[in-house]
Formats: sequence, C-alpha cells, structure tokens
Amino acid sequence: MTLDDLKIGQRALIVEVGGDDGIAIRLMEMGLTDGEEITLIGFAPLGDPIEFLIRGYRLSLRKAEARRVEVTALVDSKL
Amino acid sequence: MIEKVPSKNLERTVAVIGNPNTGKSTLFTALTGVHSRIGNYPGVTVEKKVGWFEFEGQSIRLVDLPGTYSLSPRTIDEMVSVDVLLGRQAEVGQIDAVVCIADASNLERNLYVVSQVLDLGLPTVLILNMWDVAQDRGIQIDPVELGNRLGIKVIPCEAHRRRQIDKVRSGIVQACNSLKPTPPDLFPEVFHEEGRRLQAEFLQISNQILPTYLVERLILDVGGQLETELTKPDPEQLISRLKESRERLKLVQFRVPNIEAKLRYGWSRKILTGVMTVPEKRPSTATDSLDRWLTHKFWGLLVFCLAMFIVFQSISWAAQPLMKFCELGQKHVGEMIGSLLPFGPFRSLMVDGVIAGVGGILVFLPQICFLFLFIALLEDCGYMARAAFLMDKLMTKVGLSGKSFVPLMSSFACAIPGIMATRTIENRRDRMVTILIAPLMSCSARAPVYWLMVAAFFPRISWVGGWITLHGIMLFVMTFFGAVVAVPIAWLFKKTLFKGETPPFVMELPSYKIPSPRIVLHRVFDRATAFVMRAGTLILATSILIWCASYFPSDHTEEQKVLVEIRQAETTFASELDLKEQLNQLRENTVNRKEPLLDAVPLPEIDEKIRKLDERLKPLHDLFDTRNKISEQLLANSFLGRFGKVIEPVVKPLGWDWRIGVGVLASFPAREVIISTLGTIYSLGGDVDENSQGLQSALQSANWPDGRPVYSIPVAMSIMVFFALCAQCASTLMVIRRETNHWGWAGFTFVYMTILAYIGAWIAYVVTGWLMAA
Repeated sequence: MTLDDLKIGQRALIVEVGGDDGIAIRLMEMGLTDGEEITLIGFAPLGDPIEFLIRGYRLSLRKAEARRVEVTALVDSKL
Repeated sequence: MIEKVPSKNLERTVAVIGNPNTGKSTLFTALTGVHSRIGNYPGVTVEKKVGWFEFEGQSIRLVDLPGTYSLSPRTIDEMVSVDVLLGRQAEVGQIDAVVCIADASNLERNLYVVSQVLDLGLPTVLILNMWDVAQDRGIQIDPVELGNRLGIKVIPCEAHRRRQIDKVRSGIVQACNSLKPTPPDLFPEVFHEEGRRLQAEFLQISNQILPTYLVERLILDVGGQLETELTKPDPEQLISRLKESRERLKLVQFRVPNIEAKLRYGWSRKILTGVMTVPEKRPSTATDSLDRWLTHKFWGLLVFCLAMFIVFQSISWAAQPLMKFCELGQKHVGEMIGSLLPFGPFRSLMVDGVIAGVGGILVFLPQICFLFLFIALLEDCGYMARAAFLMDKLMTKVGLSGKSFVPLMSSFACAIPGIMATRTIENRRDRMVTILIAPLMSCSARAPVYWLMVAAFFPRISWVGGWITLHGIMLFVMTFFGAVVAVPIAWLFKKTLFKGETPPFVMELPSYKIPSPRIVLHRVFDRATAFVMRAGTLILATSILIWCASYFPSDHTEEQKVLVEIRQAETTFASELDLKEQLNQLRENTVNRKEPLLDAVPLPEIDEKIRKLDERLKPLHDLFDTRNKISEQLLANSFLGRFGKVIEPVVKPLGWDWRIGVGVLASFPAREVIISTLGTIYSLGGDVDENSQGLQSALQSANWPDGRPVYSIPVAMSIMVFFALCAQCASTLMVIRRETNHWGWAGFTFVYMTILAYIGAWIAYVVTGWLMAA
C-alpha cells in the first residue's frame, strides 16, 4: 500500500520512496526514509493535500506525491 | 573595490542558513536592526539580503541565504546558496563562518541541512531558535552536550522575543575567530574515492578544477543543477562518466540518491539520542486544537473566506480614504506649486509631469502597506501555510500551487503587493507564472474605466425590484473577466515557457504564534520603501516621458495667455466662486438626505440660485471653454496626438478612433489616466472623473467625420475588455522587473498582455456587434 491509502490517525512504516527524480529526493530530504514511522493526521477540506506527522513535525503532501511512498500499515496495539 | 576605513578588526563575512519557518529573517532583523540592504544576485530571482552589526569591536557582515531544507541545488536559484557558502559568489566573497538556524521543536529534520553545512568545513555556530515552543511541547535539549557532539557552539534563542540575541552575537564572533572544524564524515571511503576519480576525469575532459565538495554533491544530486551546470563543457562525455560513477557505487550498496537521506538522518538521530528527549506521547498543543477548526472541511473554508473578506473590506475601508487623501494632496500641492510658478513649460512639467508622477506612485502606497500588513500578519502567525494547504487543490487545476492563491487574491486590490508577495513561493516556475498572470486580476485602478463605460453606454435596466441591475452585472463580469482569462494563460505558460516536472508540494504546517508587531511593521516598511525607492524613480521617469510627448512640439503661448486670464477672472469672481461652492455643498446635502429637514431650502430654489450665479460667472466659464478647446488642439497636435493619428488604422478594427488611441497611449503610466485624457480630448479639461455627467455625454455625442457616433455598446465593450487585459501600469511593470531581476520579463508581460488585450478587444467588438444586430 502507499501513503495515500492510510486512514485518518493510522500509523505506518515507510518501505520505500519510489523513483530518483527531484520529487523523490525532496521527499527523502524531508525525512521520509525507509523504516521511518509516519502517521496520517488529516485531509485538506477539498480532499487534497494530506497532512502527515513524521519525525515529530507536520508535513503536508499532495496525493500524487503520497502515492509514491510505499508503506506497511502498523496495527495499533495501543487501542 | 572600495577601501573601507580600517576598524579595530577586519570585517568578517558570515552566512546565515536554515530551514524555512525557523524564524531566520526574524533573527536576522534582531541581529542587524536597520543596518541591512536588499538587492539581487545577478541572473536569478533570489533576493540578496546583507546586514551589519558590531559586537565587542568586531564588525560582522551577515549574508542571509534563502530558507532551504537541503543544500542539494535543483535550480539556479538554489545554486546561489551553495555558491555563496563555497565563496564562489563574487559579490559576497569568502565566507568566514556560517550561522545555522534550526527550529528547536523540530530538531531532527533541521539537523539534515546542518550536516550538509558541516561538510563544508567552515567554522559554524548552531542557533536553536523557538526554544520556548520546544519547551511547551515538553522537548528537552542539552545544548552543551549537543555542541560537544557536533564540535561547534550551540546557542538556544527566542528571536521573536529578542531573547539571547547578544549570546548569538557573541557566538558568531567566536566562530569567526575559531579554527575550521573537522567535518563529521558520514560517507564511506569508497564514495570519497569515487569523488576523487570523477574529479580527475572532469579535469582531464573539460579542464575544470572542481572542489571536492562540489564533485561529491554532483554524484549525490541526481538530475540536480550541478549536473546541468558542470557538465556543460562536454555534456555527452561528462554525463556518461557521472553515470558510470553512480553505477559503480550502486554495486557496493551505495545507492544514489537514497543513501544521502538515509545516512544523514541516521546521523541526526544518533547525535540526538541522549541529548534530546521528546515526550512519549506528543502533547496536544494549542496549534493542534486550532487546526482542528481551521483546516476543518466546513469551518476551515468558512474561516478562510471570512478572513479574505475581512482583508479586502478593511483595505477599502482603510486604504481608500488614504488614497483619496493622497489624490487630494497631489491636487493641492499641484495647485500650490502651480500658483507660485509662472505659466510655461516648466510649470507644466512640475504640475502635470513631476507632481502627477509622484502622486501616481504615492497613491499606491496605502494599498501596498495595508495588503502587506495583512500578508505579514498572516505569515507571521502561521496561517499563510494553512491558506496554501486549503487552496492547493483549487490552484493545481491551473497548474499552480496553493502558495499562489494569496498573491493572486491580493492582486484584485493591486498587482504590486501581489507580485511582491510571490516571494513565499519557493518554486521558480510557479513563482514566475504567478507573477506573469497577477496583472490580469482586476485591480482597483480598472474600476473607474469600467464605471465610465457602463454608466455612459449601458441602459439602466434592473430586475427583482432593483436588486439586480444591468450595470451591476456588467461591473461584476468585468471584475472577474481577467481572472477567467488568466486560467488558460497560466496553463499555457506552464506548458511552454515553464515546462518541467510538477514541483512537489511538500510543506510543513508551522505552529501558530502571536505575530510580533515589530517584525510585521518592519516587513511592511521594507516592502513599502522597496517600492518607492526602486520602482518609484522609474515610474516618475515614465510619467515625465508621457508628459513630454503630450506637451511638445506645440506652441503653448495662447494657452498660457488664457490661463493668465483665468487666474485674473478667478480673483475677480472670488466671492461668487465661494458662494457657488457653498450652494453645491448644500445641494448635495439636500439631495442625499432621505428625510428633508423642516427648515431645509427646497431643491428648485437652490438650483435657481446656482443658475443665476452661473450667469454672472459666464465670462469665467467662457474662458474655461476656450482653454479646454485649446488644450484639445494642443494634445491633438502633440507628438502623442500625432502618433495617435498614425496608429488609428491599428485601433480601427477595435472600433476606436484616434482619440481613444491617444487615451490608451497616455494611460501607459497608469490605467486611470485614460479618464483625464478623454476629458482633455473632449474639451472638458483634465480634471474630470468617471462620474462626470459632462464626460459621459461627451462620449455619447462623439462622432466619426462622417457623422456616425464613435461610441456604441460594442466600442464600450471593446474598451473595457482592452483595459481588463492590458498592462497599462508602469508601476506593475517596474515591480515585475524588480522581482524577476530582469527587464525581459517586464517587457514580456507588457507585450503578451497588450496582444491579449488587442485580440480580446477585437473579439469583444465583433461579437457584441453581432449580438446587437441579431
């Protein structure tokens, strides 16, 4: 699954950022590296972009960019 | 080079770098105060900001670099920072030390660029700004231990409250006098080996001696600016060598570009382990609860619309009276200076050229200041990022990003602050497209033109009990016409001039904070002075040029004779003129009052008094008529008038006669000038406004030589469409030049908008003609 498949509040581990173009590099520079945990916080009122929590800060990404990030969802045991 | 007066110590140059939203410019202002200068680096749109301060006898020159998440340049604009840091920027020279500013509440990511800076091997000091925000979030950092691990001095700071500023100053001075630190080497030896090999290959093939830092960046930045720039001498060979180099690295599990982020973030986390403690569960901050409302599906959009509405309402509420005041001031100063000077070319130059020109600059100031006040407030409190977040989806439809929304929206009041506000758009292509389409938004200077045309030529029809009027609909349509046209234009620019990968919309949503009045006012002051000082002089020059074209080469002696007579007559009739003004005031009050006062003088009685007074004033009115006729003749015979006649065949397809052509030419400095030019051309004098009944009826009765009326609804439409799309605003063009750092873009804007306006006006003329005939 990719980042945009997550639901609000769902946590996931990043598997890979696809491609090696400018967008991929920028995403990695922002801290989206493999093995890192990321949480989807919410969607903008018009459905796009999406807000995430990563490395302790809030980052907003467009769906098209989020789709390039392969993740595995974490089953929240704390619920 | 200019030799400086030798101070106690040699001036040191220090570069300031850090992520966006770390309060970098706030710290810069806090450090340097008013001692700063803004310029441009040659060939790029990056602003060059340099400031000075002295601490303990050491003078420091601070160079502010644009906020960035990393030092891997992807555009020529981003390349500036790297060039400055490496001492390759001739205008800045060698860098003695670097100040890294980081958001203490978001240190892990902020250390990314810090690690890239440390690789430069320059003396560095790390400022942990927003220390209070970090504390509020329960984040504990040990700056001393962090400094030990990084091998540099680390100073906590609260720039917006001006806390610890002297500690920062002292840290900077200390760094300047300290030895170069050893960079933390994150990369394996095999990578450095590859770097040396490529260095040798570049030397051999293209005779370039590249610093190690650049070669290593070249390997890491796939598709970056260095790849384009450094391989220029022999693209084919050099790129294939570069690719081979990356392939070899891949074989040893060093995958470019992924490896850099992985190594640096790994380093960042390792450094912070044991130095920084973050609460297990992220505490819910005020920002989080505010955002629940402000980015909510319904409430978020509502608040946004409300905020924008309030901004615009307050501009018309606060800026309009000030603008009227400016206009009035201009008139009075003009009259005052006019009465002091003898009639002649010099007086005309002063009153109609210089004072009108200065007034034309100052009249924009209230709007610019107010819009910037709001923009600075929204930026400083953190709402601007939310506005971009909310509007992004809408703006991607035209190929722009959410960050273009507020600049374009501001352009509805005035394109100048709108264009200046595009600085928040980091992506160059997005920023350029936004700048180029901003003047299409219907600014307040177009309204008078629309109003004149609509009032004079469209019938007064209303529906739904007077709630909806044809005039109202026409004004509404004209106001949004430019924005509608801007959509395909933006799309076209994106597809042709500014082709390239869609920039990622990676943006962080910073914490909300209470804006600091000092910072906000400083920013408003900065922008206002930038406009007056750097665009103002050129606007003035344009006004004077147009004045020359409309004054020369005609003989003005007759006009001057009449003007002297008018001045004499005005002295003779002084008491009558006073009385008339009082009566006019009384009449206006009586007309505007809904319920007449008991002792009010009836309207017919006032009118009768005015009529009688006008009879007595007839000699003066005759003189005015003579003057207006002479002015009309003079304008017709001036260079401008002659040129207008020459270009009549060009404007004829639009349904215009030479007079309209002259009006359009004369309104190059500013659109609203067309009204006073039309006033002069139709012998009404230049001091008419869009509500003038005289001007409206003069337009209605203007004829072609064969007796057909010049103006009709199609002609009015064609004029309105022309003014909606044209670039008749010298100030906007000057600001475009300033913001893009190139005359070419100002020229391009003028040409494309004029062509667009011409085609649009022609279509409007033809189509309305058909509709009217049908």
